[in-house]
Amino acid sequence: MNWLIDFFGTAANWSGSDGIPVRILEHLEFSAAAFLIAALIAVPLGLLIGHTGRGGFIVVVTANAARALPTLGLLVLVVLLIGVGTVLPVLIPLVVLAVPPILVNTYEGVRGVDADLRDAAYGMGLRGRQVLFRVLTPSALPLILLGLRLSAIQVVSTASVAAFVGLGGLGRFIIDGLATKTYSDVIGGAVLIALLALAVQLGFTVLDRVVVSPGVRQVR
Amino acid sequence: MITFEGVTKRYPDGTVAVDDLSLQAPTGAITVFVGPSGCGKTTSLRMINRMIDATSGRILLDDQDVRAIDPPTLRRGIGYVIQQAGLFPHRKIVDNVATVPYLLGWDKKKARARAMELLELVGLDSKLAGRYPFQLSGGQQQRVGVARALAADPPVLLMDEPFSAVDPIVRASLQEELLHLQSELHKTIVFVTHDIDEAIKLGDAVAVLRVGGRLAQMADPATLLSEPADDFVREFLGKDRGIRRLSFVPATGIRLGSVPADLELDEDTRPLGWRSDGGLLPYGTFNPERDSLRAALDAALLSPNGTAIAVDGDGRAIGVATRDVLDEALARHGTRPEKRVPDPDREVPASDPRRAES
Ligand SMILES: Nc1ncnc2c1ncn2[C@@H]1O[C@H](COP(=O)(O)OP(=O)(O)OP(=O)(O)O)[C@@H](O)[C@H]1O
Ligand SMILES: [Mg+2]
Repeated sequence: MNWLIDFFGTAANWSGSDGIPVRILEHLEFSAAAFLIAALIAVPLGLLIGHTGRGGFIVVVTANAARALPTLGLLVLVVLLIGVGTVLPVLIPLVVLAVPPILVNTYEGVRGVDADLRDAAYGMGLRGRQVLFRVLTPSALPLILLGLRLSAIQVVSTASVAAFVGLGGLGRFIIDGLATKTYSDVIGGAVLIALLALAVQLGFTVLDRVVVSPGVRQVR
Repeated sequence: MITFEGVTKRYPDGTVAVDDLSLQAPTGAITVFVGPSGCGKTTSLRMINRMIDATSGRILLDDQDVRAIDPPTLRRGIGYVIQQAGLFPHRKIVDNVATVPYLLGWDKKKARARAMELLELVGLDSKLAGRYPFQLSGGQQQRVGVARALAADPPVLLMDEPFSAVDPIVRASLQEELLHLQSELHKTIVFVTHDIDEAIKLGDAVAVLRVGGRLAQMADPATLLSEPADDFVREFLGKDRGIRRLSFVPATGIRLGSVPADLELDEDTRPLGWRSDGGLLPYGTFNPERDSLRAALDAALLSPNGTAIAVDGDGRAIGVATRDVLDEALARHGTRPEKRVPDPDREVPASDPRRAES
């Protein structure tokens, strides 16, 4: 408890280029960039593969690879390959981390739509694209959002690796704190990351309420 | 009119689901495809709206080959109802019904007004319009499915076992409702079922298919019951063919005797029962204008003395049919049935004896 008071109660921690607000912003920047890139790749891909039924192996491979790949290892690898100094070494591993949950859930969501429903949609005279966007996507939305949420939480929790390559973010409190044995910083940073993850969770719960049709939310 | 000309469907795995099928589904009538599971009913139906394309042969909608029409365009002009209703779970009932009007580019207000009209037509309370499909019972969902299929007023309606997932009581009422709707709308309906009783109840024409996708017989229900083409059809029709066939013989021809003195009537001359020492005995009535010979016979069986009471539309006794008279009528119709070959341009008669029977 004292550590927390030390960390949050120290006025100096709240200002300057290494203060809490700046670190949070940096953290959010990395996270948001990685998450958006991942979503832009994985949502369309998942929709497409789920809708056409072609390329399902991509999803399987991605899902398995994701379980096997250590984010930190990848970070080191990318640094070795392209060096430090840019944000790429952080973005690439985070995107790689963020894609699979979105891809797998989007794909499963679309695949999982009742065959009768799909059939009825075509039977009414909807064209392929209309079936995808007017029927399959709204029905799969709960799962798509679940994928996005899991992914966002993972990214926010993992973005602290940026500190390993000299970039900012909340990871700095942890890394620097460990190096200087300032445990109040370590714990404070960890708490902030947990709070961010919680905020993301909350944000998605609200989003779910707003964009998912009550008709689909109940069916789940 | 929908015409199948030598239509064959062979699936990629080699299964021949439909084999050289030729038949006509007349305009404004209900044509039922019936047969055991796997005989190709669904495949035949879905080739009409090109959910499946035939391997060879042609299907004509009036005079146009369906293969000449782009499938989505074709389907928007054909109502399609499937077993599980297939309602869009994320849309309110009213928007589900308005699906095709929206696709056809109607403005939202007009499409919704039309949807409300249809909900009423299929007997659904307008307060259900704002609900989601999961908030409806199976029977209600099925009605919405029918309303949705009818929304853009297509001349043709395809129905694939639409009532088989609901319980028998709901099914019976949905069947009644369909006949009632059809008596107003005169759509060209192709209806698939594996239930021969449903086929006979609903069909103006019934096509019996055998496994392997070949047509065993196509006829109106009365002919089917009295003259099954072969053992397969006979067996498929099941028992009681003789008595079931009488449902198609109108009771109008029965010679009525005058109301006997031992029938107790109320002040409006409605029957109350047969007088006897032990009080009033049960009785049975039929309406010669509306009912079938089968109903008259049933009425006779309900009276201990075997006499059926004929009543008018208000339930007033207008005469009786004794067992002898009924025997006579049976003798006339029992051996030589009336033919009732469907005529493509025929109006559906308002007083079809089947429509009164439930
Ligand atoms: N996509 C398909 N690929 C291969 N064979 C198929 C396919 N669809 C149907 N069949 C086969 O074609 C035959 C006819 O199937 P269809 O669905 O038309 O039968 P049905 O009469 O509607 O049966 P049911 O009463 O069980 O619905 C069956 O033997 C079925 O196994
Ligand atoms: Mg079928």
